[in-house]
Amino acid sequence: MSVIFFGVALVLVEGMAGNEKRISIYSPVADYSLNVIDRDGREYVGLLEVLEPIGSVSAKVDHENWKLRFNSIEAQFTNGNAHARVRSKDVDLTARFILDNGRGLVPIDSLVTLLPQFIGIPVVFHVNSRRLFISEAGTTYTAEMNKSTPGKLVLNFSRPVNPSISTEPGKLRMSFLRDPLLPSGPQTVTYNEKEISSTTFQESNGAAELTITGSLPLLASFSNDGRTITIAPAPGAAPAAAPVAQAPALPSTITTAPAAPPLTPSAPPATSRFIVMIDASHGGDERGAALSDTLAEKDVTLAFARRIRQELETRGIPALVLRDGNATLSLDQRTASVNAQHPVLYIAVHAANNSSGVRVYTAMIPPDLGPRGPFLAWDAAQSSSLGISQLSAAVIVTELRKKIPARTLAGPVPPLKNITVPAIAIEVAPQGRDIADLTSPDYQAVVATAIATGLETMKPRLEGRR
Amino acid sequence: MIPRYLKIAVGVLFAGVLLMGAYLWHMRGKAAQTETRTADKRPVAPPVAGPTEQVILYVADDDPGILRTESARIPLPGGRQQRAQELLRAVLSIYLQKNSPHPLGVGADIRDVYIVDPGLAVIDLNSAFVDGHRSGVLVEELTLASLVQTLAGNIPGINRVRILVEGKQRTTLAGHVDLSNAYDTSAVARLSQELASTPQ
Repeated sequence: MSVIFFGVALVLVEGMAGNEKRISIYSPVADYSLNVIDRDGREYVGLLEVLEPIGSVSAKVDHENWKLRFNSIEAQFTNGNAHARVRSKDVDLTARFILDNGRGLVPIDSLVTLLPQFIGIPVVFHVNSRRLFISEAGTTYTAEMNKSTPGKLVLNFSRPVNPSISTEPGKLRMSFLRDPLLPSGPQTVTYNEKEISSTTFQESNGAAELTITGSLPLLASFSNDGRTITIAPAPGAAPAAAPVAQAPALPSTITTAPAAPPLTPSAPPATSRFIVMIDASHGGDERGAALSDTLAEKDVTLAFARRIRQELETRGIPALVLRDGNATLSLDQRTASVNAQHPVLYIAVHAANNSSGVRVYTAMIPPDLGPRGPFLAWDAAQSSSLGISQLSAAVIVTELRKKIPARTLAGPVPPLKNITVPAIAIEVAPQGRDIADLTSPDYQAVVATAIATGLETMKPRLEGRR
Repeated sequence: MIPRYLKIAVGVLFAGVLLMGAYLWHMRGKAAQTETRTADKRPVAPPVAGPTEQVILYVADDDPGILRTESARIPLPGGRQQRAQELLRAVLSIYLQKNSPHPLGVGADIRDVYIVDPGLAVIDLNSAFVDGHRSGVLVEELTLASLVQTLAGNIPGINRVRILVEGKQRTTLAGHVDLSNAYDTSAVARLSQELASTPQ
């Protein structure tokens, strides 16, 4: 079971704007959130944006009319009119349709009648929380209290989930924005345990939230491919120590540049294991550099990350790709995950279309941020591992240079300075001037093989640090 | 039967139409170029008068991916803050040239440079600078090292440099290089040495 959270010290956040109104839509094809617009005292959403993730959609403006085509279905809306025509049938909206700079806005409570006309299946809309479910897209969960000492709460979900987790004194909150979580029983369940007293389900602003209330700092662990979350008191937390541990008012959300830097434990947790974590940088909404008109950096980094994992595994080195899909992960989420898993090496993969060959970076750490008592400064968490990171970079570059141009550099590349374990970033550019190199399986194999061979050489040194 | 003089007249007219078309096409291209050049509506800063000084500019060169030094003689005012601005504008003028070794976006500029004692320089970039900046670790790092090292190398006493955009903190320059903290100039000097060597 991989421990992902320290209830006191680490906080994961979903990188989203704080107070914007959102509507979340869950369908078998995609789960997504959209911003809600207030007009005339009502809430509106762009209809094109609602339909775009679930089918082929196009729209054009003809004077005051807005003509929409979704798959083979045609619809027409008129600015200021509360009636629309879909499939040649009249559909009533709950308020007037608004044409705003070519964008068609419909009242969000009209989606219940409007969407089935396009997709042919009914939808369920939780109006107050703005959560819309298409088909049977919901994820349910069960909560079971394990009567061990100390007590553990085991949450089993019907599908893998990926909540943002935050802590505050006495509470651990899990916010499910992209997961269609639905309650499977009463909204609040209480337990006769002193460490964990209750679980509460709430919905608001396009997200579901599970709040676990306890008397100690709580730790959440993920297992079963994200289908199980176990909540337990943090190791070593005693009732008397809890108020002291939680006394610093840690922010419930942390941006990538926190005003008050959070502190990271300097001692590695006992759960460290020999695994290399490869981070395919960027992803989801964050595309990275546009390497060509059609090639996004996020896709190239994922291809290289998977190739490096494959090469490492063939050499008997366990490896994990941190973003093994098109998810949006904030830098804080990546950092927290790596620092909790404690791999022997973290590799962030980037791609570029300028210059040639491969650059291998190690962190640039501000010199005035030394250890503070038992903690490391957030901006200098890498300091104790920098030497081995630089050695790893040098060994990898030696291997790369046998085939392609390569160099080591110091680099202010987030999140290297916040990683507690040895960490490097790799920026892969084409071998020559042809951008197609980046998608060439041969070139990917050359780079990945050199990295894996370098790490094979480094294995005894990295293993010795565990 | 069409008279011969009519055929000649039509031929001449047709040739005239073709020539006019070609001229129109040529003028259209020129107009588009003029429009691009005049897209930047910012007022032009008055030229700095006064004696010129020899300075060392740290210039990014994307093709080999290096930072090289370039000696220049530019007019420099007396105040540290004004000198800092002129130094960075001199670097920027190289990047905004037609055959720039490190092209920046149209309208990229330094809004201001503040020298905050003891030893902190704050460079305030305009939004066009970052919005038009190419994304990538090396290309962003070259910009950072070029600006910081040009300041620190020519103005004694600067030991930290902070970069803001339109007066506000920004997480990264263009998605890769950290702007959330002030940079220690000794660390950037070491980085500049690393960047000066040609990759093997």
